[in-house]
Amino acid sequence: MTDRQLMTGNAAAAWGARLARVDYIPAFPITPQTEIIETLAAWIDAKEMPGRLVTMESEHSMVTAAGAAAATGVRVFTATSSQGLLHAMEMLYTVAGWRVPFVMTNVSRGLASPITLEPDHNDIMAARDSGALQIHCATCQEVLDTLLIAYKLAEHPAVRLPVIVNLDGFYLSFTREAVELPDEQAAAQFVGDYDPGANALRASQPVSQAVAVLGSGLYSYFRYEMHLAAQHALAVYDETSDAFAKVFGRRHAAVESYRMDDADYAFVMIGSFATKAKSAVDRLRANGVAIGLVRPRLVRPFPVAALREALGGLKGVAVIDQNLSNGFGGILHGELAAALHGFAPSPPVIASFVAGLGGRDITLEEFLGIADVVRQSADTGVTPPGRLLYSDQELREVRKLQAVAAVERDELGAGP
Amino acid sequence: MTTPDRHIERMKDLPSTHLLGSGTALCAGCGGLQALKEAYDILGRKTVFVNAAGCMTLSSVYPFTPFRGSWLYTAMASAPAGAQGIRDALDILKETGRLAPDDDMDVNVITGDGSANGMGLSATSAAIDRGLDFLYFCYDNEGYGNTGQQASAATPHGARTATTAIAPGHAGIKKDLFSIWAANRPAYVATVIGAEPLDLAKKIEKCRTIKGPKLIIALAPCPVGWGFDPERTVEIGRLAVRTGIWPLKEYIDGAITHTHKTKSRPPVTDYLVLQDRFRHLFEPRRNDGLIADIQCRVDAYWDAVD
Repeated sequence: MTDRQLMTGNAAAAWGARLARVDYIPAFPITPQTEIIETLAAWIDAKEMPGRLVTMESEHSMVTAAGAAAATGVRVFTATSSQGLLHAMEMLYTVAGWRVPFVMTNVSRGLASPITLEPDHNDIMAARDSGALQIHCATCQEVLDTLLIAYKLAEHPAVRLPVIVNLDGFYLSFTREAVELPDEQAAAQFVGDYDPGANALRASQPVSQAVAVLGSGLYSYFRYEMHLAAQHALAVYDETSDAFAKVFGRRHAAVESYRMDDADYAFVMIGSFATKAKSAVDRLRANGVAIGLVRPRLVRPFPVAALREALGGLKGVAVIDQNLSNGFGGILHGELAAALHGFAPSPPVIASFVAGLGGRDITLEEFLGIADVVRQSADTGVTPPGRLLYSDQELREVRKLQAVAAVERDELGAGP
Repeated sequence: MTTPDRHIERMKDLPSTHLLGSGTALCAGCGGLQALKEAYDILGRKTVFVNAAGCMTLSSVYPFTPFRGSWLYTAMASAPAGAQGIRDALDILKETGRLAPDDDMDVNVITGDGSANGMGLSATSAAIDRGLDFLYFCYDNEGYGNTGQQASAATPHGARTATTAIAPGHAGIKKDLFSIWAANRPAYVATVIGAEPLDLAKKIEKCRTIKGPKLIIALAPCPVGWGFDPERTVEIGRLAVRTGIWPLKEYIDGAITHTHKTKSRPPVTDYLVLQDRFRHLFEPRRNDGLIADIQCRVDAYWDAVD
């Protein structure tokens, strides 16, 4: 009998950690992640799960403790968001270099400034080059399942790297969906016991870990080793998600393709907003447009071969980035263009759209508009310049607020 | 905490064999290394050192280490958080039968004064808040030594550093880290110096019998940063204590005890004159005002003690 429960994305993340039988959770609260650590703390207090949760004084210390505990030989989970991820960034790079396997959930939220609570992907994209692997989720079920897959991936002897499981703040973190709860024993068996490997501290086996190197040859050696391990994680991911599908009946491929059979065009997106793209695809298909959705779940390692297979031969691709690399544009667009460049048959048009920053919705009409732009570009063979989605209505609202503020300032006499 | 297998009362009780290996990249005459070497003999090999960025980071350079026990380098700001992760993991492993009691280790943080007084202070305070069972060993060379002795919060008033190179030197006053740590009410705080090995050994030995946060500051005369010949490290260290500039003391159960008191203290100039960083007090013209300032602060400290 399957156990289906309504739960938020945050609760699903907590369940994933619980079912993976984590030993240790260094924690620090930040919106919209806090529910994850509160849920785990309550379970541990009620003795519903073993393990130890310690509230640290910062995310920087939290990731230090996570890495150090993993380097000592226990299974570690932690979670953060946004500014917290940035505050921890020095340590994220550092502990990835220790080659310690642990899993961190990031609940995506836009970065300051201006400070906001609502989601986009600039936080997680900032961790892109840290050495930690990243898996992006679109549903609450996926969050839970991905946690289990992530532990197996992180702890694989040929990988041994931290893995970040990403979900969108608010849209997923606080949205309740029906989630099938994997059987506790089946989950435990799937993830397996923690094998500390070389990452162990024991009085009888003294070791100096994370020592300095002098000389660029050594530095390059260790950095290349990390890169090769991350590359190798592609094959390990495929094996692991296959094994997961066999046991639990749900397949979470490195790249999800939706209605891509016989497609001429595709939206490319990551995260929960991709579910909006799916309904747009359904509408467009009903109108006879041969379009689908390609959603990479893995962003690091970047599943280049799977993306080429999914997108090769198309007439046009619209990459919708919920991030903005100021002075460049959408990060995913740049990565995808690099992955497809020089590859035959690469789509002639790979267009960039930036949208959904700070939780801004992407409407059905906008998806339809994006599809129109890509189809026209494919016809003319001219790739359009990158677009920042914004409506006249939004601009009018901003102007209105600015006008109100100006009037208030003048009325109160505090103005210049 | 393990029970020490010896009890130290006299110099002859100090270990005659040493645990810390030689041949590291550290400078000749390093007062920090001297203090660490003495402490390590008492702490023993069932230890893990958690390090923050600083001079000691260069003690373990791949693929060599001078430590017979274990070592983990973290970053400049979060060595105590690393200690938290290791202590918690060892406890979890013990509780779940995955670690033999014999395989347990004492967790020690080792950082310089730059980390301890600055960006590492928040992580240290939080480790004390959590009652972490660990020893923090700070080697205080009174500046950012590893990068060429720029002024830190631990730099004494009037000292020339790479960033306060013009007379009258550093305008600030050395931060009272001992009091800051003690105000956080850990189990134990002490000051030590390598030049007084018996006092140092007794304090480290005491730490091994106390559970909870234990913190030690070792003044670390630095030939390169302070400007003196490496052969004078011990002499300068002793003078730091005798002139009263570096009080040897401990905080335990809310009370502070001075472990080295003398009736007469030589003038601070005996200590200052040996170091290039204070040469501007004497040359080209003697700066009596500044010397008196420094002496007054030391006298006021000891007046309050007595």
